[in-house]
Amino acid sequence: MPGQVTVIINNEPVRVESGSTVAAALWSRGVRGTRASVLGHPRAAVCGMGTCYECRVVINGVAHERSCMVECRDGMMVRTTPPASAGCEHDNLPPRLPPA
Amino acid sequence: MDHSCDILIIGAGPAGLHAARAASRSTRRPSILLVDENPSIGGQIWRRGAPAWAGRLLAGANACSISYLSSTTVLQRLGPRAVLASTLTPSGRGPIAARITFDTVILATGARELFLPFPGWTLPGVVGAGGAQALVKSGLDVTGKRMVVAGSGPLLLAVAGFLRSRGALVAAIAEQAPPAAIRRFALSLAGYPTKAFQGLMLRARLASVPYWTGAWPIRATGTDRIERVTIRRGDRDVEIPCDLLACGFGLVPSIHLAAVMGCEIRDGRVVTDDLLTTTAPHVLCAGEANGIGGVECAAIEGEMAGLAAAGMIDPARRLLPARARARRFAALLDSAFAPRSELSSLASPDTILCRCEDVTTGEVKPYTTWREAKIHARCGMGSCQGRVCGPIARYLFGLDPGDARPPAAPVDVAFLAAADPGAIPGESPLSE
Ligand SMILES: Cc1cc2nc3c(=O)[nH]c(=O)nc-3n(C[C@H](O)[C@H](O)[C@H](O)COP(=O)(O)OP(=O)(O)OC[C@H]3O[C@@H](n4cnc5c(N)ncnc54)[C@H](O)[C@@H]3O)c2cc1C
Repeated sequence: MPGQVTVIINNEPVRVESGSTVAAALWSRGVRGTRASVLGHPRAAVCGMGTCYECRVVINGVAHERSCMVECRDGMMVRTTPPASAGCEHDNLPPRLPPA
Repeated sequence: MDHSCDILIIGAGPAGLHAARAASRSTRRPSILLVDENPSIGGQIWRRGAPAWAGRLLAGANACSISYLSSTTVLQRLGPRAVLASTLTPSGRGPIAARITFDTVILATGARELFLPFPGWTLPGVVGAGGAQALVKSGLDVTGKRMVVAGSGPLLLAVAGFLRSRGALVAAIAEQAPPAAIRRFALSLAGYPTKAFQGLMLRARLASVPYWTGAWPIRATGTDRIERVTIRRGDRDVEIPCDLLACGFGLVPSIHLAAVMGCEIRDGRVVTDDLLTTTAPHVLCAGEANGIGGVECAAIEGEMAGLAAAGMIDPARRLLPARARARRFAALLDSAFAPRSELSSLASPDTILCRCEDVTTGEVKPYTTWREAKIHARCGMGSCQGRVCGPIARYLFGLDPGDARPPAAPVDVAFLAAADPGAIPGESPLSE
């Protein structure tokens, strides 16, 4: 059995099996929207393979991360965008960190 | 972070892994670098389940110099023999820039699913068919979840079987292809040793999941996630409550990186010669980016490309008949599971077509070229760069989303600036 890791989703700790992607962790408590579209509609993972960009969330302060392409690590901070907040994904998120 | 190698292989699915193995057997001992944007190797079909030989290969079993970079997305060309990628540090921090120089590059970027819009297809919980499988393999727990699998192709059966094995309750499989086409296809398989499809059909039947042919989703409904899907079955509409709808209408080649690298694209596929050389210098392409062909074809092409890149031209040529046979099988699949015309009228004018920019089907309809749809309606201008809506616009309105501009995946300007292309001696600076 693989171990478990804890990620923090919107300030709440969530335990998942290690090796799980953030996309899987986001739905571990039920299917729900994880970002607001341009018009404020709830959206969530579709392709599961990094092409559709619908599962984008903020991970450790980096915006627009594809949650299906990132494996959970202990203490990882994940933030989703609530629906009906049109425009927020373009305006309010921190910019992508410059490369180290 | 800089890397250099003799042979760079982009994509660690069946094609890329076979390419790496074939090249690693060369007496020339080329240095090989394999990269993939996924955290682990395997591509789509072998996600979290690559064969044992692949693990041994990357551990250095063939005594050649081979390395693997995971979570690494190749973004664009930096010159004739260099690319820029975004990657992570060994501790998982990033994204950071990586410049990779090479003698020859093999593109093995595979395929993605074809999605078609219908009312409600943007609701959370409506996922791809292969998408559902990928999410579950990546840790999503579907135990006890009620699911409907819909769309087209043998993948639906594989996915339904897989979801059941993970504890999902699959209420139905809705295959849009007409029953006669499926029967014809099943019969034509007699000529092929791998009767995978018949095997899958049998498995699905044994598993007592209804397999409806000539059936497709017309509507998904729910408040802020899917709660029900309506399936059209002949002259009847059947409403099925569900937690997830896994829906994909087949596959389309992933050609974005190839286009950005300067390879000619025709009919949505990378153009290559017999030995898989593209029209761009030092660039080969293997697997489903050359056209949907299935895992066997991807493996054969990967091996051919690996041999060719390592200078073993005759052994590569000897694989031509096997490749031709695999491609013929793919053509059978293509004709049996071609999307029916009814599917092009599922979306109403206010159904979203471009999910990134929330552009409706009605807003795209007036335009006669992809370029106009982009400029005037913002279709395809979002993060996915037309990967989802491009094939839809082609299917619904005949628009040709031929162009792809660097970078092949969105990164912000600060990232590109910090990548400092001038640091590579003898290479031209970032173009465009
Ligand atoms: C979601 C999905 C599920 C599938 N499931 C099955 C199945 O269960 N059974 C079956 O028979 N067939 C399945 N298929 C069909 C499958 O595509 C092929 O059988 C086989 O995987 C093709 O092999 P490939 O090596 O050509 O491409 P793939 O296996 O698709 O591998 C391509 C790899 O390239 C990587 N890549 C792409 N672009 C970049 C880039 N710019 N930088 C870095 N890496 C990149 C991708 O991350 C991927 O890992 C599936 C297809 C899809 C899309």
